[in-house]
Amino acid sequence: MSVVTEEVVDSASIAAASTRRRPLWQVALRNPNVIVGGVILLIMITIAALAPLLGTIDPTRIDPASRNKKPGTEITMRMDDGTTQKRIAHFGTDSLGRDVYSRVIYGTRVSLLVGVAVALISVAVGTVVGLISGYVRWLDGIIMRIMDGLMAIPGILLAIALVSIWRAGLVTVIFAIVVPDVPRVVRLVRSIVLTVREEPYVEGAISVGTPTWILMFRHILPNTVAPLIVQGTFLAAAAILVEAALSFLGIGIPPETPSWGNIMAEGRTLFRVFPHNILYPGIFLALTVLAINIMGDGLRDTLDPKMSKKV
Amino acid sequence: MSGDAQKPVLEVRDLTVDLPSGADRPHAVEKVSFTVNPGEIVCLVGESGSGKSVIAFTVMGLLAKALKPTAGQILLQGEDVLQASEARLRELRCTRMSMIFQEPMTALNPVMTCGEQIDEVLATHTQLDASARRAKILAILERVKLPEPERIYASYPHQLSGGQRQRIMIAMALVLDPVLLIADEPTTALDVTTQAEILKLIAELQGTQGTGVLFITHDFGVVAEIAHRVAVLRWGQLVEFGTTEQILSRPQEGYTKMLISSVPSIHPRHREERREGKTVLRTSKLGKTYSSSAFFQATRVVKAAVDVDIDIRAGETLGIVGESGSGKSTVARCIARLIDPTEGKIYLGDTEIAAMPPRQLRPHRRRVQIVFQDPYRSMNPRMTVGDTIIEGPMNFGLGREEALKRARILMETVRLDPNSLDRYPHQFSGGQRQRICIARALAMEPDLLIADEAVSALDVSVQKQVLELLDEIRQRLNLAVLFITHDLRVAAQICDFVAVMSKGRVVEYGPATQVFENPQDDYTKALFAAAPGRHWEFGSFAA
Repeated sequence: MSVVTEEVVDSASIAAASTRRRPLWQVALRNPNVIVGGVILLIMITIAALAPLLGTIDPTRIDPASRNKKPGTEITMRMDDGTTQKRIAHFGTDSLGRDVYSRVIYGTRVSLLVGVAVALISVAVGTVVGLISGYVRWLDGIIMRIMDGLMAIPGILLAIALVSIWRAGLVTVIFAIVVPDVPRVVRLVRSIVLTVREEPYVEGAISVGTPTWILMFRHILPNTVAPLIVQGTFLAAAAILVEAALSFLGIGIPPETPSWGNIMAEGRTLFRVFPHNILYPGIFLALTVLAINIMGDGLRDTLDPKMSKKV
Repeated sequence: MSGDAQKPVLEVRDLTVDLPSGADRPHAVEKVSFTVNPGEIVCLVGESGSGKSVIAFTVMGLLAKALKPTAGQILLQGEDVLQASEARLRELRCTRMSMIFQEPMTALNPVMTCGEQIDEVLATHTQLDASARRAKILAILERVKLPEPERIYASYPHQLSGGQRQRIMIAMALVLDPVLLIADEPTTALDVTTQAEILKLIAELQGTQGTGVLFITHDFGVVAEIAHRVAVLRWGQLVEFGTTEQILSRPQEGYTKMLISSVPSIHPRHREERREGKTVLRTSKLGKTYSSSAFFQATRVVKAAVDVDIDIRAGETLGIVGESGSGKSTVARCIARLIDPTEGKIYLGDTEIAAMPPRQLRPHRRRVQIVFQDPYRSMNPRMTVGDTIIEGPMNFGLGREEALKRARILMETVRLDPNSLDRYPHQFSGGQRQRICIARALAMEPDLLIADEAVSALDVSVQKQVLELLDEIRQRLNLAVLFITHDLRVAAQICDFVAVMSKGRVVEYGPATQVFENPQDDYTKALFAAAPGRHWEFGSFAA
């Protein structure tokens, strides 16, 4: 250490030497869970992005001639210009003759979009409300009671109500999932703000005349980043499941847009004879949620020092 | 125990405990040897990181898995506990050796009554039936001088005071008459008057019982108060081992000399009394009342500070001393307007700021700066030290370059390397961080510097340096300093005036020499009488 040594060497300085704070992402990437979950998720994102290039056809294309074919069957498609084309239906076809493989691949887009959108919107809204609630004391009681109220609304019930008012669609689904999720983020952010605002370094900043908005962004908000990343992953995983459930119940994404939930909903009636309609979207759904959860666990272990399993 | 009364109860021979690889040094404890005889109190004393707690935990067999004793022997009445099986160690704990800890609240189970917790020890280690156990517990509660043993038996830990909880711990430790009691900083978390009682109790009990006590502390006052022999540790090595008299009056090693010379004297330093500076701060009937009201609950009112009248002139240090909960920090935080006072007035120079709204208050904030107790939490870990120091001046419109230039000068003022401004707080030691906090405060060019227990978390040698630095800065800049502390020795050395607080009120207020040499108030007298090692004048040795 080049710091002027104190007259007496203080043992704490030995421990403090040569350690440098690493950026969060570097710390996170040392965890195997984060890597495994992240790789699976990256594959899913690639699939969603490259859906048209992965040997898919129009997922909404109805083909009455080849309904309910088992996986691996070769089917003949009659094109609009009168020609015919042969292709193998890897995941089979559904009761309207639509290609399940194409539907599942395109369904990835919807599911990931819902997951990411819900996580981002809930975290953004929740952070702002949580900061206000934690810092403006007289608003705290009012905001938190409203949040308690929002939390009491079951997402599925809210979705049913919204669908009956508006119409079923992606935006409605995202909104219905975000509403009960926001209070969770608000509570998290508020609790962090309440703890951090009592820290001596925040009081130190107050006493050197730091304006409130700088105080928030420079001293308080950075403490919420790590917990919010973790919370965000769990929100995303849960949102994907809820979207699937809503679509399965027929109150989510309308059938013309394929989503894992509504593919499964359509396969439900013939489940015993043609399980593939449920099996393949189910595998994708489970794998994606598992990947996000594994990554979330890994992030929590690395980013939240209280959870780390060190001696 | 007959026959081996002369043999030591505990003999530690060449003990070495390894630290996990990647630690700052290879051994937590290295080749340490000492003995504890029956009826003797041996103090292990050293600064933080010296390995004193590691020794205690090794003896008890409670060492964390990452630490491994690799050499040496620990003989408890001749039996090597390092070789003992887990089952044998369980047998030995409580029956032959037991331990009390620093924080009695966390050492006790909050959901069991105190009686049940002591009962657990007896049920595990003895064949006594329930009524015999109960009788034994009530007897030991009486012996540790707890009032109404029956009521205490049925009380939960949170219903007792800190001192009473520590007595429960002692009762639990001594109920089976162990030959060795290990006390790991048992009074550090307690107030000075409670500390005095607990120290007296430990000395009394071990005297009548003939128990050997291994007492771990960082406080030389406590050492002077109770120790028969003293072992001084540094970085896991034994520096010096001898009788209390030898170590405290005729230390041989440079490190011991330096440590003992760093202990502040309880007798105030004489300074010429001059009251010519202009008054920087004056409070009049300052008060802070906390009231909590919630739906369906009665309003609870706590008067944290009542009618506090103090004043400080430029170039003077006023100390506020008192035990925890006396309201001394509340007063400091009211003056810094980190909390809003509920009654009274605060005059900064001629400006009254007690009820000033935040917007008007902002220009006055720079005139009062505060240094906090915990050097590890008083700086934003995500900001460089330079950014921390210049934050204040930049808030008031100074350019970054100019502010950094001033920060470099300030770093020199607090005797740190100006080139380390781009480092982060965790790269500094506790004492260095406290210096940086002082630099941050000075960057605002304040009239009044508040030091809220600013040296309490520091080791005695570092504490001495920070105190000297504060005093030097006060003189050079003609600063008014408000020094909040629970440590009477520190107060005696740094303060010109002292206000003693108890239960939110100032009970005695006057020049330090007068208050220390001739206290008038009963509480002040009791407080000073309780200061450990007050009869011992720690000498100054050239290292």
